[in-house]
Amino acid sequence: MQHTFIEILRRALDEELARDAAVYLLGEDVAAGGAFGVTRGLAQKHGSARVRNTPISEAAITGLATGAALCGLKPVLEIMFIDFATLSMDCLVNQTAKYRYMSGGQLAVPLVVRTQAGAAGGAAAQHSQSLEAWFIHVPGLIVVAPSTPAEAYGLLKSAIRLGEPVLFVEHKRLYTMKEELAVGAELPPIGRARIAKPGTDVTVIAYSAMVQSALEAAQKLADAGISAEVIDLRTLLPLDMATIAASVSKTHRALIAHEAVLNGGVGAEIAARIGAELFDELDAPVLRVGCGFAPIPFAPQLERALLPGSADLVRAVRQIMGLAE
Amino acid sequence: MHDIARSLVAEPTLADWKEMYGALWRIRLFEGHVQRLAAAGEIPGFPHLSTGQEAVAVGICTQLAREDVLFTSHRGHGHVLAKGSDMEATFAEILGRQNGLCGGRGGSMHLVDATNGVLGATGVVAGNLALAAGAAWAMQAQGRENISVVFFGDGATGAGAFHETLNLAALWRLPVLFVCENNGYAEFTSREEHSNVNHVSSFAAPYGIATRTIDGNDLPAVFAAARHAIETLRRGAGPYLLECMTFRMAGHYVGDAQQYRSKEELAAIREKCPIERLRRYLVERGVNSEELDAIGERARDAVLQAVQRALEAPPPDPATVLEYVYRAPALAAIPG
Repeated sequence: MQHTFIEILRRALDEELARDAAVYLLGEDVAAGGAFGVTRGLAQKHGSARVRNTPISEAAITGLATGAALCGLKPVLEIMFIDFATLSMDCLVNQTAKYRYMSGGQLAVPLVVRTQAGAAGGAAAQHSQSLEAWFIHVPGLIVVAPSTPAEAYGLLKSAIRLGEPVLFVEHKRLYTMKEELAVGAELPPIGRARIAKPGTDVTVIAYSAMVQSALEAAQKLADAGISAEVIDLRTLLPLDMATIAASVSKTHRALIAHEAVLNGGVGAEIAARIGAELFDELDAPVLRVGCGFAPIPFAPQLERALLPGSADLVRAVRQIMGLAE
Repeated sequence: MHDIARSLVAEPTLADWKEMYGALWRIRLFEGHVQRLAAAGEIPGFPHLSTGQEAVAVGICTQLAREDVLFTSHRGHGHVLAKGSDMEATFAEILGRQNGLCGGRGGSMHLVDATNGVLGATGVVAGNLALAAGAAWAMQAQGRENISVVFFGDGATGAGAFHETLNLAALWRLPVLFVCENNGYAEFTSREEHSNVNHVSSFAAPYGIATRTIDGNDLPAVFAAARHAIETLRRGAGPYLLECMTFRMAGHYVGDAQQYRSKEELAAIREKCPIERLRRYLVERGVNSEELDAIGERARDAVLQAVQRALEAPPPDPATVLEYVYRAPALAAIPG
C-alpha cells in the first residue's frame, strides 16, 4: 500500500513515541495536527503531555526543547516553516549546536527540529525559502533533507535516535508524494548518501525535492543516450564525500542541483570539495543548478520562472557533456 | 555548603551564617584572582566579575540540591561556586586549562559542571532563560521534585526571549526560579536609559507569576526570599521571579574604566558591600570580629591554594581540538 509523505512522517513519529518514553513532540499547533497535518491524532493517542502545543514563540520553544534535551528528554520540535527558523537561530547556533563542545563533552542535546521548506503553490517570499545552507555552516548541528516518503520515514527515526541536534528539513512539495513503505527495512544511517539511480556518464548530486527533478532529468537524458548517476545526499551536514568521490571518480563529471540559491549554498561547498579532492578525475567543470537570485514570488507564473526544474538540469548536463543545445 | 543547606529545616543557625560569610569571601577573593590574572594577560578573553553581587549567589544557591539545575549568565562565577563546584576546576576552566570543568573549551562565560547541576553559563544575554524553562519542563515531565534556577541581569529584560519564556513558564506552570540580578546596568547603559519599567518584577504580573523585589545585598533577606520561592516551586505552584536589587562593584568586564558611573555612586560601594553588611549582622548577634577575620583568612588560603593548583595545570592538547563536536564516531570521522 502506498502512503503519502505526511502519513509516513506521522507513522515514524507515532512509532518513536511508542518506542521511547523520552520522546516528546512540541510546536505550534502540533497537538491539533500541525499546519500540514503531520501530527494529526498523535496527541489523542499518546496524551497531551507528550504532544504539546506551544505559543508562537520560536526563540523560547527552541530554547525550551534544548534545555529539556539537556535533562533527559528527546524532544522533536516542529518549526512550522524554515523561514521562521530565523527566530530560532540564536538558540540553535549559539546554544544547541555548541553545548556538547563548550561543556567538554559533559552534555549532549538529543533534539530533532522538524521544519518544512521550499516553494510550492504561491506560499510566496516568507513561506517558501530553502535556508538549509545557513545551518551547514555550524559545527555541532546535523542537517538532514529527505527526498521521498520512505526515506523520510527511516531518516526521521534515525535522527530521533541519534543523540545529536538535528535539523530535519521536509519539502512541502513532497508532502503529497506517495510511496510503498517496506516493512522491517533497516533504518538509513545519518551521514550517508545513497545512489538514487546508477549511471556512468555524469554524476548529478541533489537532495530533498530536487532529487525528483534529477531523476526526471536522468530519464530524459537516458532517452538521449546519456547515463546520469543521481546521488541523493540525504544528510547535508556532515557531507558524505566518500559516496560523491566514488561516483565522480567513475563518471568524471558532476552537477549539483538544489532549490536554494547558488550563493554560498550547499552546491558551492560540494563543488569546492570536488575541486580540491577530485581535480584529477574531472573531465569538465563542476556546474550547479539552483534558484534564481530573487525572493520567491507569489504569482504562479513568476514562481515557475524562478524555480529550477528538470529542464535546467538537462541543459546543464548537456553543457557538461560538451553537447550543443 | 550543600550539606548544611539540605539539612536546614529551621532558620539558619549562627554557624550556618558564618559558613555563608566564608562563601561570600571565597567568591570575592576568587574573582579578585580572576581580575588580577586577567589584567596580567594570563586569562584569555574578557571575564565578567560579580563582585558586589555575591549575596545573591550564596543566598540562593546554598539552598539548592545537587540535582537542582542552574543556568547562569556571562557573570556567573559566583553562582557556580555557591552551588558547590570545585574551586580549582572552575578556576582552571577560566584559565583555559586541560583539567578545567570543560577541558578548556568553555571558559569564563561557558562554565558547565553537569554532575553538580550547573548546566551552563551563557554569553548570550537572555539566551539561558528558555533553556532553564526547558530543564524545568523535563523535571515536570519526569515527575521529579527538582527545580531549575536561572540568573540573569536586568539587561536581559530587553530581549524578546525573556517575555516569551515568562509566558511559556507560567502557561505550563514550570518549576523555574527566575532570578534577576538588577544591578542597574545593561553593560554600560543605566536602567533609566534602556527601559521605562523601573522594576523587573513588574513584568511578572501580567503572566500571573509570583514575584518579589528584594535587597540583593542583604544576605539574610535574599536567603529568606529564596527559601520562600523555592518552597513555592517545589510545591508545583509554577514559576517565581525574584528580583534582587544589587550593585556591581566592578565594571562590566575586567578593564572597564567605568567612566559612565559617578564618583558618588562608586563611593557608595563600601556601604552596600554584602560582605560588610553580613559582618555587621553577625557582630550585632555577638560574633566577635576575630572569628570573622579568621573565616576570611581561611577563605583566602583556600582560594589561593585552588588558584595555585589551577595555574600548575597543563594547557589542553591541541591535537584534541576537534573532539566533542559530535559524539557518534561515524559522524565525528567525517570532516564537516
